[in-house]
Amino acid sequence: MTSQAVTEALKKDTKTLVGPPLWLLAELTYDCPLHCPYCSNPTQLSETKNELTTEQWQKVFSEARDMGAVQLGFSGGEPLLRKDLEALVKQARDLGFYTNLITSGIGLTEKRIAKLKKAGLDHIQISFQGADPELNDAIAGRGNAYQQKFNMAKSVKAQGYPMVLNFVLSKQNLDQIEAIMRLSCELEADYVELATAQYYGWAYENRDHLLPSREQLVEAERIVNEFRDQQDGRGPHFIFVTPDYFETRPKACMNGWGSTFLTVTPDGSALPCHSAKMLPLTFPNVKDKSINDIWQQDFSFDYFRGDDWMPQPCKGCDEKEKDFGGCRCQAFMMTGDMHKTDPVCSKSEDHHLIQEAIASATSPSNPIVMRVNQKAMKHAENTQLNITRIKI
Amino acid sequence: MSTLTITPTMTPSLNRMFRFQWEKAQDCFVLLFPEGMVKLNGGAGEIMQLIDGQKNVQEIIDVLHAKFPDAGNLATDVNEFITTAIEKKWLYHD
Repeated sequence: MTSQAVTEALKKDTKTLVGPPLWLLAELTYDCPLHCPYCSNPTQLSETKNELTTEQWQKVFSEARDMGAVQLGFSGGEPLLRKDLEALVKQARDLGFYTNLITSGIGLTEKRIAKLKKAGLDHIQISFQGADPELNDAIAGRGNAYQQKFNMAKSVKAQGYPMVLNFVLSKQNLDQIEAIMRLSCELEADYVELATAQYYGWAYENRDHLLPSREQLVEAERIVNEFRDQQDGRGPHFIFVTPDYFETRPKACMNGWGSTFLTVTPDGSALPCHSAKMLPLTFPNVKDKSINDIWQQDFSFDYFRGDDWMPQPCKGCDEKEKDFGGCRCQAFMMTGDMHKTDPVCSKSEDHHLIQEAIASATSPSNPIVMRVNQKAMKHAENTQLNITRIKI
Repeated sequence: MSTLTITPTMTPSLNRMFRFQWEKAQDCFVLLFPEGMVKLNGGAGEIMQLIDGQKNVQEIIDVLHAKFPDAGNLATDVNEFITTAIEKKWLYHD
């Protein structure tokens, strides 16, 4: 071996000595009873028949826990559609995971909340689309969704769970922010995520209908701060997340590629984030490889670790340790090159794309596209696009 | 907000929002909560292990003195940790 090869090998070794995937997100199914146009799921969904079995999921949990994974999110789609959810929760809890159910609340009953509690579920997060039935159900694309969520949130608290409410904010509901905060207090939420939509999957398609104006955001932030001041340490802890499109530096996406997060999709693909499947990289599948091999050895997980891959202006930037060059998916979606600096960064030569997106959102030219589920998709006439168009 | 004073007869208990456990991979005790984790240092871990909603502050100090006879006066450390933990809402008190 030449000395250069030894140096390269050592470098490789150092690079792969990474901490454990502390946060495991198990996307149990892409099936969902709601049709939210901000959904971050891929617009091309695989079929439910390819979903991992109970045993395959249990192997994933066991291997990830052995490596030191500690937070486990049961997500989707709608994870309640999996009949083995209780069995999966029980095994995960027995392994020592902190178990989080991330749900729309549709399909939840008082009985199921109790059964999940018995299985050892630690926490439930319920998503809301608005502060009243009219807007909530229009965005969710389902009647009575609001009432169901409201009732289940009451029951989740009554049964002693910590509860997080998640409101995905867009220009469609941002003006309700004060009502949303009042609703969160009424429901006795512990944490509330007031999170503006991130533009991936269906949300990217619908960006013009979702991305608020700067003025709308400034006003929302003022209301949030005013509300917090009146709380005096009581009530929910509100977390307000503004869209990165209005920032001049990118987000530290996933806390750095392959550093903390591991997502497993319904069909077993292992990804460094839930959107990464769109990238021109080949990702491993948990059916073929162990979690340890995937995390420590796989080419795709190592690909954007460190800064060897970085182009300028990232490479010479003194903030590269802070934001890791931003989001690879965003760079790819907007510029066609996953290696480029996230266009959110004002130093990026592609930053104009962000400015243009903000401008374009002031007058959307296409109708909004509601997310469709797999059954509907099978019958969709336009199989190439797999979408239906519904105006709200 | 009023300043919190820890008294020897106060009985702290864990906020049910948090779960306390040993994490082998982190080599420390941790507090787990929705989508998050706090790593506790050695001293904090020793104190947290004794918080069961039954023992009061003085009893916790006594157990620690028995376990670490050479550690000197631990009352200040215990009071400081419990104050912080109550402010962070990890603990409740009666």
